[in-house]
Amino acid sequence: MRHIISLLMENEAGTLSRVAGLFSARGYNIESLNVAPTEDPTLSRMTLVTIGSDEVIEQITKQLNKLIEVVKIIDLTEGDHIERELMLVKVKAIGDGRDEIKRLTDIFRGSIIDVTDKSYTIELTGTSSKLDAFLETIGQGIILETIRTGASGLGRGDRMLKL
Amino acid sequence: MTEELTGAEITIRCLQEEGVEYIFGYPGGAVLFIYDELFKQDKVKHILVRHEQAALHAADGYARSSHKVGVALVTSGPGVTNAVTGIATAYMDSIPLVIISGQVPTAAIGQDAFQEVDTVGITRPCVKHNFLVKDITELAATIKKAFFIASSGRPGPVLVDIPKDVTQQKTHFSYPNSIHMRSYNPVTNGNTKQIKKAAELILSAKRPMFYSGGGVILDNAAGVLTELVQLLDYPCTNTLMGLGGFPATDKHSVGMLGMHGTYEANMSMQYCDVLIAVGARFDDRVIGNPKHFYSEDRKIIHIDIDPSSISKRVKVDIPIVGSVSQVLKELIKLIKASKEKTDAIALKEWWKQINLWRERDCLKYDRSSRVIKPQMVIEKLYAITKGDAFITSDVGQHQMWAAQFYPFDKPRRWINSGGLGTMGFGLPSAMGVQFANPTGTVACITGEASIQMCIQELSTCKQYQLPLKIINLNNRYMGMVRQWQEFFHGNRYSESYMDALPDFVKLAESYGHVGMKIEKPGDIEGALKDAFKLKKRLVFLDFITDQTENVFPMVPGGKGLSEMILV
Repeated sequence: MRHIISLLMENEAGTLSRVAGLFSARGYNIESLNVAPTEDPTLSRMTLVTIGSDEVIEQITKQLNKLIEVVKIIDLTEGDHIERELMLVKVKAIGDGRDEIKRLTDIFRGSIIDVTDKSYTIELTGTSSKLDAFLETIGQGIILETIRTGASGLGRGDRMLKL
Repeated sequence: MTEELTGAEITIRCLQEEGVEYIFGYPGGAVLFIYDELFKQDKVKHILVRHEQAALHAADGYARSSHKVGVALVTSGPGVTNAVTGIATAYMDSIPLVIISGQVPTAAIGQDAFQEVDTVGITRPCVKHNFLVKDITELAATIKKAFFIASSGRPGPVLVDIPKDVTQQKTHFSYPNSIHMRSYNPVTNGNTKQIKKAAELILSAKRPMFYSGGGVILDNAAGVLTELVQLLDYPCTNTLMGLGGFPATDKHSVGMLGMHGTYEANMSMQYCDVLIAVGARFDDRVIGNPKHFYSEDRKIIHIDIDPSSISKRVKVDIPIVGSVSQVLKELIKLIKASKEKTDAIALKEWWKQINLWRERDCLKYDRSSRVIKPQMVIEKLYAITKGDAFITSDVGQHQMWAAQFYPFDKPRRWINSGGLGTMGFGLPSAMGVQFANPTGTVACITGEASIQMCIQELSTCKQYQLPLKIINLNNRYMGMVRQWQEFFHGNRYSESYMDALPDFVKLAESYGHVGMKIEKPGDIEGALKDAFKLKKRLVFLDFITDQTENVFPMVPGGKGLSEMILV
């Protein structure tokens, strides 16, 4: 199953490579990973998307917890949560296609943030599966370039990852 | 106002504050300032090895036999890469070490400088934690953290990498009394509810079994474990790492389990109905094929300080995360206070079954052989040292025979590389053991292949007059490799024969030690007696042993515990 794991870590050099090294050394999958400092500059927050059986996910969280610089962990997918990912897609936009792309972008609540006579760049936010759906809808043929941040998320309501 | 000290002075002062007696190391460019400070004091004694791998193994042997943190000091680049094998060895067996490594000056880092290596990167997967100290004001606190992390929770090696310029700079020094890390708070006390549940299950068992590992030794829990096992009258097996955690000569001991464990230990493990795993991790050399292990129904209680060891290879019913000594003490209290008693009738039946398994006499060998049987050497060694020696070993057949034929009654007497299986570990670790136990009898059981991996340390032994006894079981083969080739590779002994061996007697003599060559079974005892009489000398005993002897029982790779090959 797909899990979104959020980590609070000491904002120190090398912490990211400890996490990445752990995943490669133990053969765990990383679907996506993003990290940035929090409102407390001594802490970074990382969001990791991984796929594995319950046993594997249990080991992943235990092994992450064991890293000395990891302060706290939450598996967001274990409870109610909000998930968002940002994607920028550059697509071929010529002739009649331009209108169709604009319409599809509106339907997905995206926005076109750069326009040339041959292309649009679309910004889209949502769950990872929504972004997948958008890419499928517009079709591989017209996509020039895609960049995705990987999922980020927060627990709903009182569910928080905080010190 | 505190005094201003250089980084090198601070490093040594920190070691003094930690009460470090010995530091095992090898100098080099990046650590020259640290060595200069070592020279100016005499509280911390430096032991000069002949190769950095040996510095690590010596610090490791020191730690294993003393329950103190072992300390090593190496230079940058090749100093560190040589040390990596030793660091990984300690990591796999959860041994508390602090390694100080020199690094090129901060300005040179990343410039491919002379003797530069990304030490933090290269050691990251085989340390509990590591640090690169770029700011001298953080040096003292970092060393404090290193000792704290190394020795708390599940212990392990911690490396502190110090660039050369940091050892030259100056700052005010004060050593923190304690350290708090918000990101590191190892659990010590087990969950009371879980312990209660465990006590109930233990008392309800029909075919109980204690399975005790290295964690019992590391947490100094041998005494409490012994008390609990004897109180319950239950059988107990030790892992290779756990030997001495429960006394091997006690009637409740069924010996070591695992790939080369006894028939009775492996059968009891397979057919018990309640298994109490204490400071052990169900690794592949212990339970064999997990699917086969699952094929029998049993309830498992698992006590360990490291949550990630629990339900890693085997699902357990009652996990208890905590210090094994604390949890065992609680269990004793609960069991003593409980109205429930153990099931005496079932237990009697269980012991009857175990005794039948014992009758299989799985460790028998040909005692009338005209060539020296390696097992006999170990048995005689046991008799002559009255079972009270510190025994280090290398890796291979001799290691298994040592584990099988030298019954350890005390913890911290059996020093071997169980997890990583590092050939070359035996001799340097014995040096560390001797430093930690200056009046103790220390023997290194090795083979002609393993000993040659760190043979240069005979020189260190001479320099410090270490009276080790080296028991070389010389069968002219990498014995364990040869055994696998015999069993699983159609007797094709690919590169496992040791040709062009040195004359070990002359070799020992050339280093200033005593050498003996023993070729007949009748001479084993006399030679050992003579050797151990030489209390101040290192004696290298080269036993020419049976080339074809194999280690039995054996659970072949991928097989289950009850599928042993027996003699």
